[in-house]
Amino acid sequence: MMKPTIKTAFAAVLTAGAVAALSLTSAPAQAAGAAHKPAVQDWTFKGLFGTYDRASAQRGYKVYKEVCSACHSMNLIKFRNLQDIGFSEAQTKALAAEYEIQDGPNDDGDMFARKRTPSDPLPSPFANDKAAAAANNGKAPPDLSLITKARAQGGDSVIKVSMKHPDGFTIGADYVYALLTGYGEPPAGFELPDGGSYNKYFPGGVIAMANPLVEDGVEFSDGTKATVAQQAHDVTTFLAWAAEPELEERKRLGIKVMLFLLVLTGMLFALKRKIWSDVH
Amino acid sequence: MSEQQSTSKFMQNGVVKWIEHRMPIFSFIDHSVGSGYPAPKNLSYWWNFGSLAGLALIIMIVSGIVLAMHYTPHTTLAFNSVERVMRDVNGGWLIRYLHMNGASFFFIAVYIHIFRGLYFGSYKNPRELLWIIGVLILLAMMATAFMGYVLPWGQMSYWGATVITNLFSAIPVVGDSIVTLLWGGFVVDNPTLNRFFSLHYLLPFVILGLVVVHIWALHTFGSNNPTGVDVKGPQDTIPFHPYFTIKDLFGMGVFLLIFSFFVFFAPNYFGEADNYIPANALATPPHIVPEWYFLPSYAILRAFTNDFILYWPVSWLMTAKLAGVIAMFGSIILLALVPWLDTSKVRSARFRPIYKWFFWIFVLDWIVLGMVGAHPPEGIWVLLGQISTIYYFAHLLVILPILGVIERPKALPESISASVTQPAE
Repeated sequence: MMKPTIKTAFAAVLTAGAVAALSLTSAPAQAAGAAHKPAVQDWTFKGLFGTYDRASAQRGYKVYKEVCSACHSMNLIKFRNLQDIGFSEAQTKALAAEYEIQDGPNDDGDMFARKRTPSDPLPSPFANDKAAAAANNGKAPPDLSLITKARAQGGDSVIKVSMKHPDGFTIGADYVYALLTGYGEPPAGFELPDGGSYNKYFPGGVIAMANPLVEDGVEFSDGTKATVAQQAHDVTTFLAWAAEPELEERKRLGIKVMLFLLVLTGMLFALKRKIWSDVH
Repeated sequence: MSEQQSTSKFMQNGVVKWIEHRMPIFSFIDHSVGSGYPAPKNLSYWWNFGSLAGLALIIMIVSGIVLAMHYTPHTTLAFNSVERVMRDVNGGWLIRYLHMNGASFFFIAVYIHIFRGLYFGSYKNPRELLWIIGVLILLAMMATAFMGYVLPWGQMSYWGATVITNLFSAIPVVGDSIVTLLWGGFVVDNPTLNRFFSLHYLLPFVILGLVVVHIWALHTFGSNNPTGVDVKGPQDTIPFHPYFTIKDLFGMGVFLLIFSFFVFFAPNYFGEADNYIPANALATPPHIVPEWYFLPSYAILRAFTNDFILYWPVSWLMTAKLAGVIAMFGSIILLALVPWLDTSKVRSARFRPIYKWFFWIFVLDWIVLGMVGAHPPEGIWVLLGQISTIYYFAHLLVILPILGVIERPKALPESISASVTQPAE
């Protein structure tokens, strides 16, 4: 239907768009400290059919629980949600019952402590943000419920990052993994302020969080060797699930919707050709 | 012709006749999108984007109404209420991702629709008012989208709201009062969120009303067409139904396929990661960037610095910030004047050998503006932003008026059917 000129012109615009995309690609790493680019990891939750590796996510919960949760809350996650990554109902009950929560007031008007149930959120390490900030040099450690969605390198938009990073729809997870494994000695001449650690993936290079993961820092019940890389991988899988618990359902439904639309659109096209066949 | 027979058979039905006699809704529909509405037979697929924008508006209104059932417009609860939709409301993630990505796809459809109008001269006599209503729709969409983006109360919501509302403070005398009115106080806070929510619910229906008027104005003279030559008679047209109903439906299928890919497989592609961090008045994000559909406007706004050549002539009169604000709004409002700025009598760029090139340069300029808007104003981006801003206004204010005078258009076809049997190019 399109006349040749429009076709060429359309191609021109596409080319212009591609040039635009490429020049974004070559744009210098953002001014704020030229952080290193996280390597692309091979996550199981990537791609059209991606799912979360249950065993890895469960090990990741253990890493969160024993390491991260000393400072970081996950306020949006409830114990019942852990059933998504393969814990049984009884297990989530047991996991919840390890912690208390303040409830009330009861009929006498008193607040009281009780064991957590699966419908309660994971416990926060601090009573409130002020307490969290006071205990951490004035800045509260971020809540981790959405961390893999809330971190695209240096605060870039996902649209920009994924241009730099062709299969970078999991850029947030790549970044978290890179950060957790990115601690090291600062380069010569790098002034490290008191209380800061050098991390080449953190914008500016100086991060307030000390290196959290050590070899065999946790013990995995399934016998997996708890290397730093393994712990980082597992906890990132757990955090990615926490940020996007709908991912598996979303992708499953997406395949069905796309197939349906493909068939429908094909039929509409056939119908269009037939109806238009008498127009000259 | 079988269509018309079946239509008339339908019209013979007793119930239909009873209703039609009291309220001629069936003939109204038939004359709007049915066999009673003749449309030029040479409309290309570029003419699909009007109905696609309409589809996007419907998607936005329906998903938005459902979201409003679960959303809490309060600074302490808004962020978590959105997350509750994502996590605990049945199908909530789907509704929200439809709404988030629907905004982007609404703008994609509308921007292509606008550029199509610019290429084929659809704004020219007698369709000026139709075009002006379209510009009003764009403005209303921008206001709606901006306020909608504030509602999740993430970092970019909060800081975007702060930056954009602060722009109004540049207006002399009344600026500060306007900002206070927008905020409902002296900072962006709960009253701001409440009024933005209220207006975000209201404005889509204003857009819907404008769309009705837009279509009304369209149906007075009917669609323009790729040749830009007026319809000369029935040999130039085909009935809207079934020809364009099926063509629009097919277009919708393709549109929904692409839309679904983003909704289901890359739902945050068009978004900013920072908006998954709850709003924090004490921590400014490293780069405050608007949504992509505002980037060209944002680039024009930021181009106005004290050393910008377009600012010099007015520097005795106003601050660079005010000049930028005026230029940003002006860049959209100026579009409404294009029917008069373009002095050529020929509508379609197909027969305007010089304008055709300038059209594509203008498109490219707009894309460059968008890229500039996405980058921090440093280095090459400052100069690029200023050049492309100058070009944007030069295209509308200088090139369009002059081209119409100096350009020698190609010979126009006798009629649409003549051009179809004998393509011009």
